[in-house]
Amino acid sequence: MSADEKNYIQGATGAWEIVIGMEVHAQISSKAKLFSGASATFGAEPNAQVSLVDAAMPGMLPVINAYCVEQAVRTGLGLKAQINLFSVFDRKNYFFPDLPQGYQISQYKQPVVGEGKLILDMPDGSSREVGITRLHLEQDAGKSLHDQSPNQSYIDLNRSGVALMEIVSEPDMRNSEEAGAYLKKLRTILRYLGTCDGNMEEGSMRADVNVSVRKPGGPLGTRCEIKNVNSVRFVMQAIEYEARRQIDVIEGGGQVAQETRLFDSGKGVTRAMRSKEDAHDYRYFPDPDLLPLELDAGWVENIKTSLPELPDEKKARFIDKLGLSPYDAAVLVAEKESADFYEAVAKGRDGKLCANWVITEYFGALNKSGKSMADFVITPEKLGGLIDLIADNTISNRLAKDVFALMVETGKDAATVVDEKGMRQVTDTGAIEAVIDQVMAANADKVAEYRSGKDKLFGFFVGQTMKASGGKANPAAVNDLLKKKLAG
Amino acid sequence: MAINPADLTIAAALAHLEKGDFTAQELTQASIAAMQAAKPLNAMITETPEKALAMAQAADERRRAGKAGLLEGIPIAVKDLFCTQDVLTTAASHILDGFVPAYESTATANLWREGAVMLGKLNLDEFAMGSSNETSYYGPAVNPWRGPQGEKLVPGGSSGGSAAAVAAGYALGATGTDTGGSIRQPAALCGITGIKPTYGRVSRWGIVAFASSLDQAGPMTRDVRDAALMLRAMAGFDAKDSTCVDMPVPDYTAKLEDGVKGLRIGIPREYRMDGMNAEIEALWNQGKQWLVDAGAEVVDISLPHTHHALAAYYIVAPAEASSNLARYDGVRYGLRVPGKDLIEMYENTRGAGFGREVQRRIMIGTYVLSAGYYDAYYTKAQKVRTLIAKDFEQAFQRVDAILTPTSPNAAFPLGSKSDDPIAMYLNDVFTVPINMAGLPGISLPAGLNAEGLPLGLQLIGRPFDEATLLRVARSVEKAADFKARPDAWWSK
Amino acid sequence: MSLDKAAVAKIAKLARLKLEPERQEAMTAELNTILSFVEELQAVKTDNVPPLTSVAPMKLRWREDVVNDGGDPEAVLRNAPGRQASFYTVPKVIE
Repeated sequence: MSADEKNYIQGATGAWEIVIGMEVHAQISSKAKLFSGASATFGAEPNAQVSLVDAAMPGMLPVINAYCVEQAVRTGLGLKAQINLFSVFDRKNYFFPDLPQGYQISQYKQPVVGEGKLILDMPDGSSREVGITRLHLEQDAGKSLHDQSPNQSYIDLNRSGVALMEIVSEPDMRNSEEAGAYLKKLRTILRYLGTCDGNMEEGSMRADVNVSVRKPGGPLGTRCEIKNVNSVRFVMQAIEYEARRQIDVIEGGGQVAQETRLFDSGKGVTRAMRSKEDAHDYRYFPDPDLLPLELDAGWVENIKTSLPELPDEKKARFIDKLGLSPYDAAVLVAEKESADFYEAVAKGRDGKLCANWVITEYFGALNKSGKSMADFVITPEKLGGLIDLIADNTISNRLAKDVFALMVETGKDAATVVDEKGMRQVTDTGAIEAVIDQVMAANADKVAEYRSGKDKLFGFFVGQTMKASGGKANPAAVNDLLKKKLAG
Repeated sequence: MAINPADLTIAAALAHLEKGDFTAQELTQASIAAMQAAKPLNAMITETPEKALAMAQAADERRRAGKAGLLEGIPIAVKDLFCTQDVLTTAASHILDGFVPAYESTATANLWREGAVMLGKLNLDEFAMGSSNETSYYGPAVNPWRGPQGEKLVPGGSSGGSAAAVAAGYALGATGTDTGGSIRQPAALCGITGIKPTYGRVSRWGIVAFASSLDQAGPMTRDVRDAALMLRAMAGFDAKDSTCVDMPVPDYTAKLEDGVKGLRIGIPREYRMDGMNAEIEALWNQGKQWLVDAGAEVVDISLPHTHHALAAYYIVAPAEASSNLARYDGVRYGLRVPGKDLIEMYENTRGAGFGREVQRRIMIGTYVLSAGYYDAYYTKAQKVRTLIAKDFEQAFQRVDAILTPTSPNAAFPLGSKSDDPIAMYLNDVFTVPINMAGLPGISLPAGLNAEGLPLGLQLIGRPFDEATLLRVARSVEKAADFKARPDAWWSK
Repeated sequence: MSLDKAAVAKIAKLARLKLEPERQEAMTAELNTILSFVEELQAVKTDNVPPLTSVAPMKLRWREDVVNDGGDPEAVLRNAPGRQASFYTVPKVIE
């Protein structure tokens, strides 16, 4: 089965291929809004973060926030994209109560960022490239609340005018998993760059997902746009539902209508929006209140040189320089915080051993604690200290897990735990030999069986010796000595 | 001293105030009385006499304390397109019913900072769309000048109330805005002076927008010196307007009397149109002669694309307006007419709230921006605009200012053109090209026609060189020696 | 290019303007008059002419990312024709 065929889904009339493109709205993590000085932070009282400009009072004018321009360029560079030194702000005209101006200031024909690309890290460790069509700056709309009153909608303009980057992908994705991976990877890159906090619950990142289906190799089908999906899981669910729905429509003899749909996360279904614009005619034209956005090439170059190491480069370095598997590397770079934590632990230590500890033990304990990395009791120094004790044979890898559990429980560092509990590994061969002698004496029958050829009993002696040593005996030494002694 | 504000220019009033011949409160009281006697002109939408007196009192105190601003104690009136804090602001539209802004436009705030006193808010064409003040929801303002048989005439527009209030003599100056001629044409029709500064000279912040790339505010006054004084007070950099230029504002009066010797004045041949009004043409020739007599060199120039300006304007201005006026939707301020659902509420509100001319322009603007027509109309018009701007740029390599008539006709009777949009639009044929190119232009009264009605001449200057423009205007003003005034029929 | 009544109705819908039936005919005629007036532009040669982007010779000014506005709900709500607590209200919207 080819890679393409793997993606096909079966309908009554045979195989179908899903074609997915995405428009992600990412809120720029600025203090103030794109064109006004009102705060852009989340969670204020209704209409408490609204300037006269955001409320589109008569005679109000937009003035652009420099920081937002810089973050758009930074993001474009992070997506290896073309930066357009000349771009234009247009008005997208339509009426809606949460759009006070009656138009959204956006960029239409000449966006600030052009074509780029994004590498997907698939769960099986493979990679795939998705094209970025463009990135442009635009204003967010306000918020309509429909469930507060039976006959009225309430309007809160706090979000009105908040700076967004709309990041548009090529229709390069072929299944929901890739779409999920795209969203996750994009979020990772935005967080590395610090241009968007990627918080989907608070709406800092929302996806409009374009889905169509076609017969493999056939012409593209009619697409539906699923608006404003606000989690990776919902994006994946929405795609699966929508693809199946479209196949059913076509196979039932119908035609897919090009429309905007909403995902109902409660029911797991998509449905056509009822408030469809009668005609999508946005009458874009350059905003005469603003001049074209002109960037200086040197300024762009400076931003480029100030970019942090991004996840793809970091992953490659973890594989090449630290000897990690692609899977481990991908897990560690998925969040910048994780990668930073890992790098702090691995500094001057064995990369692979540290990766195992961070991914298995540390993440496991962190998840169980329900805490954030910053608040969690295990710091890179503490975990590093524990790994040092393994490396210098003070404790065994197995015992280290017990030490780690105590560290999580008590907040003490590894050396303290080991000392307090007397857990230092015994490497003194004399002491180990004494323990082995005791074990052999207590199990004379088993010794005889072993010597008569029952090799499998070796494990039993190891276990007994370790147990008798309180787990502190060095396992390698136990192995060597046991072999010698049992051989007689 | 008995005060008749109609006899005073701003400069003269400032001299009297400084000498202590009268106080700002006395002057303001006289102005208020004259304003209230001039109700038949319908030049005011809102009178603010109490505010005026309070401001005048504060002005007197500042003058006594030696802290007088450039316009300390001068009663002026404000076109009701400027948002004024805690004072009703209507744009002469039903749709802004009851709108009381929580903010003050930068241009008016600058005037108050310099000590000017606000008499009230002036009538205008609805959203500044019109050339006769007849599209106002509050009824037309009337020209203080009457026809030979006593016919009521339009004051021009859109700043019709502004021109009427200054010509009637109660406001010493008024603010206007000019998108296609809305300061200069009414100034010409009412026998006063009005300057549209370079685009970007005066902040647009807080002025109800009509067409953003064309709108520019400016002063309307009795004479050129007053225009220079008032422009200096109004203009200046404003970080809240992205299109407002960060450039120092000179003292425009400093070189006002320097004359035109050595300056080159262009006469654009394309402005000499077929069927041109003979009196207007004669006045234009007279103006040319005055400049020659004053020592200027007058040269023939060509602005080949200028006659396309009006057509391009009637695409660009409505397009921008259709978008600028989308915010009047009955949600956050102004009129709301209920409907069975949201869309019907929008349609009812906007259908009832906007008058016919505004609706026409919204419709045209919506159409020329719509899918399939955008390039043929809007892009085409903006390209023509580039050509118009280039024409001027080339002309200004050869000349220091350009002289033309302001308006193709004198004031006309109320109602005589209101049914014919194109006839109305043609009023702005000489003024529109200047807005399309963003240049400064001034109109000053230069003579009377056979019916005894004022006619204006227009001068056009280089970008941000209002100083030279005013200086040339002052030279023409001296030669024209225009002294005529309307008889105050409204207060008899 | 000439508009018929249906096209005018469509534009009115797009512009959210209620046109009384008796106004439709007149509006159609008025718009067509204006459109034929601007028709002359089609004859102007504009090959290789860029559309005007700004009348004033200036560059877009950027402001600093500082919060210095907002925080006064009354200033934006005081003129609202429909209001509930600190919200604007409109007839119910069904999405």
